[in-house]
Amino acid sequence: MSEPSDLERIKRASRHLRGTLRESLADPVTGALRADDVQLLKFHGGYQQDDRDVREARRLAKLEPEYSFFLRLRLPGGVMSPAQWLAMDAMATRYGTRGLRLTTRQTIQTHGIRKVDLRAAAQAIHACGLDTIAACGDDNRNVAAAVNPLLSHVHARIFEQAQALSLHLRPNSRAWFETWLDEPATGGNEPEPLLGDAYLPRKFKIGFAVPPDNDIDVYSQDVGLVAIVEAGELAGYDVLVGGGMGATHGNARTYPRMASPIGFIVPEQVTALAEAALTTQRDHGDRSDRLHARFKYTVDDRGLDWIMSEIERRAGFALQPPRGFEFTRRGDRFGWREGDDGRWHLGLRIPFGRVHDRDGVSRQTGMRALTALLAEQAPDAQIRLTPNQNAFIAGMPAVLRARVDAITAAHDLGLHVASSKLALNAVACVALPTCGLAMAESERWMPTFLPALQIVLDKHGLHDEPIDLRISGCPNGCSRPYLAEIALIGKAPGRYNLMLGGDHRGQRMNALYRENITEADILAALDVLLARFAVEREQREHFGDFAVRTGIVVPPSPRGPAA
Amino acid sequence: MPLAAALPRSPLPRDRVQHLDLLIQGLDTASLWWLSGYTAGLAAWADSASNASPDARAATESAIGARVTIVYGSQTGNSKRVAEQLQRQTEGAGLAARLVRADAYPIRELAQERLLYVVISTQGDGDPPDDARSFVEFLASRRAPKLEALSFAVLGLGDSGYPQFCAIGRKLDARLAELGATRLFDFGEADLDIDTVAEPWTQNALTHARDALKTAAPATNVTPLRPHIEATTWSASKPFKAEVLANQRITAGDSHKDVRHIEIDLAGSGFDYEPGDALAVVPRNPESLVEMVLEALQLDGDAAITHAGATHALRAWLASKRELTRISRPFVAALAERSGDAELQLMLQPGRVEALRAVLADRQPIDLLQNHPAKWSGDALVAALRPLAPRLYSIASSRAVVDDEAHLTVAHVAYETDAGNRWGAASHWLATRSGGATVEVYLERNARFRLPADPDRDIIMIGPGTGVAPFRAFVQQRAAAGARGRNWLLFGNPHFRSDFLYQTEWQAALKQGTLHRMDLAFSRDQPEKIYVQHRLRECGRDVFDWLERGAYLYVCGATSMARDVEEALRHVVVQQGARDADAADEYIATLRDAHRYARDIY
Repeated sequence: MSEPSDLERIKRASRHLRGTLRESLADPVTGALRADDVQLLKFHGGYQQDDRDVREARRLAKLEPEYSFFLRLRLPGGVMSPAQWLAMDAMATRYGTRGLRLTTRQTIQTHGIRKVDLRAAAQAIHACGLDTIAACGDDNRNVAAAVNPLLSHVHARIFEQAQALSLHLRPNSRAWFETWLDEPATGGNEPEPLLGDAYLPRKFKIGFAVPPDNDIDVYSQDVGLVAIVEAGELAGYDVLVGGGMGATHGNARTYPRMASPIGFIVPEQVTALAEAALTTQRDHGDRSDRLHARFKYTVDDRGLDWIMSEIERRAGFALQPPRGFEFTRRGDRFGWREGDDGRWHLGLRIPFGRVHDRDGVSRQTGMRALTALLAEQAPDAQIRLTPNQNAFIAGMPAVLRARVDAITAAHDLGLHVASSKLALNAVACVALPTCGLAMAESERWMPTFLPALQIVLDKHGLHDEPIDLRISGCPNGCSRPYLAEIALIGKAPGRYNLMLGGDHRGQRMNALYRENITEADILAALDVLLARFAVEREQREHFGDFAVRTGIVVPPSPRGPAA
Repeated sequence: MPLAAALPRSPLPRDRVQHLDLLIQGLDTASLWWLSGYTAGLAAWADSASNASPDARAATESAIGARVTIVYGSQTGNSKRVAEQLQRQTEGAGLAARLVRADAYPIRELAQERLLYVVISTQGDGDPPDDARSFVEFLASRRAPKLEALSFAVLGLGDSGYPQFCAIGRKLDARLAELGATRLFDFGEADLDIDTVAEPWTQNALTHARDALKTAAPATNVTPLRPHIEATTWSASKPFKAEVLANQRITAGDSHKDVRHIEIDLAGSGFDYEPGDALAVVPRNPESLVEMVLEALQLDGDAAITHAGATHALRAWLASKRELTRISRPFVAALAERSGDAELQLMLQPGRVEALRAVLADRQPIDLLQNHPAKWSGDALVAALRPLAPRLYSIASSRAVVDDEAHLTVAHVAYETDAGNRWGAASHWLATRSGGATVEVYLERNARFRLPADPDRDIIMIGPGTGVAPFRAFVQQRAAAGARGRNWLLFGNPHFRSDFLYQTEWQAALKQGTLHRMDLAFSRDQPEKIYVQHRLRECGRDVFDWLERGAYLYVCGATSMARDVEEALRHVVVQQGARDADAADEYIATLRDAHRYARDIY
């Protein structure tokens, strides 16, 4: 299999991502884009989807699927201003159908945008200083960065680096500006020095972590940079390469893989290091089999030593030996905390990242009120979206606390006060009805499944046990399920693979415990295991560790193909 | 005497002449006469059914017989890959192979296939892949033809982790056999390790194809004689009882409009309709409406009523002999007299025609009967109501494509008022007939609404709402006939998402080049209302250009729309043709006289 995949043809022929997007957008007969443009749209931060709940009924009615689009922001580190939040809220309200959705990659996507509204939506995004370039597609995706509200000055430096890197690795093409903003067409002759004319073989993810928090799941990144803080200052980063979550049911060439540490760099070397890793993957990644095209497979196929020396060669410097680090947690820190600069941070639980007024819940209204207050009283405060799909409000003066509390209490934003730890940390991907990859429900099912599992926990006296639960509608792993203590991965409607044994710090992958089972079977299986856990656990032992220690599952080796 | 010598200038190739010679040797005179009639009939039918000559038809059919057809249904590409492999190997072996995705397979060719391989996956809980749904549905349906001349084999792909492993493939395999086809070898079931099963299956298929195609005699090609149909003239008093084949809503579930696509089986009727013709439907009134009327008037539905020489129970009169959903002036007059109601009496005065017209347009007899109580006898009621009239629906299909079927596009009129539910008689009757039900119909010709005789002429079709129906027939017909003229359709309805009638068919026609241009007006998708007449004005330059080049213009739909369209057309002719209003009227009149501007309005 050495022939390039069809997508490689599309990319190469696209004149730097222009394709026939303008013609597709102008075609009134369909709410969809032409097939090639559907692929190119991803590089512009959009996905074409259709409501799978009505697909069959519409087919019979001789109507095309109910197409709509989501647009996803490029939002390095998940950071935006209150004014930008307000602008995105207005955009989503006007053009979207399901509010704002916070993603597991610290950004926002808005679903349900019709083709005829796409340009207006993109223009609204641009008008507030944001864009959606490379938020999806075979390029450098949104750069993740630790939210860490405690070390404000370290966060500031890391965020600055994340933002600069995101911009530096962004496609150089003007296609986005020409397609969405009426910038005059130039034909696509501009150079694309970093990404090349065919862009990357597959998506590429870079993330910055700040120990002891592993909120970004650094082991799941293609390139992970772990801040080494010495004497309160940022000394540099330990570099990890080759992480990735995606796998395909029944395809042994694919597997989730944890990133491997390869060395240490100083902050000034970040750009060169990232360029070297990205271009290594650009030139050596698999362009024939998309299921085998992530950097992790290049790392395994070439060997870590080869990758290291290639990165060093391209970067023009040698990696120092890793300094080492320790994570103790990866969940978000909810509630109020004071930063080292005397300003206040508030962590808000947003279940499954859904900021939407629905069923008597008014989180969208609440966030609007909150950001409106900040825009007026503390315009330099930041909204920071977390990799667990929650929202942090950072950098507020103490004087605003009471007014903020009143807003969060009135709009279901104070969930962290009363929720169990299970509910606070649970993550679900979007899945049905819009995600084309979903095999089973995820986000829509979580509100049913969570209370049912909580009952089992309560029954065994484990009410407030912090167990990481992640649900994914398919094996591609948007919710990073392979690193969870309990993961459910969709196989078919109502059926999931039950995975156990990840660790709560995100340093060990889980393993398959039961295949293709129903909700009832899942709960029955967990009932038995949690009963044992309650009795047999060692002191302060987490459920994932217990599952491994007692041999309930055998975790896969930390890197390389699963046995 | 050998035929070859007797017919020196025969158009038949030499080997055919020899065959014919063999066939007719020793036949008696009666048989020879019969044979001449038989072949004449064949020729006439072939000419009318398609423009292809009988020779061309025979050539096509024997071509179908001399190749393998490989149909695949694929969700993730695996079935496609296996099918492509089979095609490559078959062609590599010097055999003709045609590879077709199931949704691109011309299903009407199935009956002519001789050798068919199907590679198809099963999704999730036993569903076909999206591209094979219609194919699977068709084969499972009652419409699937007998396939006694067909040999086949099926390879199913699936995941044995699911309970319905390879179910679709297995069902197809069983169904093809049930339809009389010959199974060449056993059904293959490929699991995730596809090639373990697919490779031997492919080899098997190749071996059988080799045997079948190398040894096959030219496919026998006897077109069955069509049963001679008595030239019955079906009519309102003697309608044809037709079976409903399908009744499918074609607006989205949340649309305010309930539009149905209804397929009717006309086999045995002899209806040789042409695009533009209408099917008349003899409706029955809704049962609950009949009961509402009986209840409102306190009348006995079982009472026998004799009127104009016919005797029926009152309930039967109301159900199928009298209009219960349309008001007539005589009915208002009868009610005015019985009730002594001043308002009604006033409405009948010469100067009040507007008020009367509003009532006739918006109200139904039951509304007036409820609002203006009066004493009625059954006889009086039957006499006051006018006879139930059949309703005409422009046929939305071409026989060149659907054979003995007629398709209708029906807007189901049903709404609630404070006083209860109201319906349109025929649309409700049709909308509530499901597959297998019978409806009474007859053919109503519309000679004024015909495609140009010259297939090279362009046509412009303006058909918003269900007015699009005859244009579906037009486009089908022109595609089937290989017409070279361009087809331009202007369609409109409230919403793109929910009311785009036949959207996927137009998309396919545009893609295939059988529809050349489509302009759309969705009135409620933006703050300002946009209708087809607005689009007509916007496209004025092109419209006029097409007309100047000899295009035909058709309008179908509501009377008010047709009026607005004509106004827009006049505007276009004035603007683009630099004419004054009178000259524009003359231009339009000339088009009309030349049958180049035709309307079907209601």
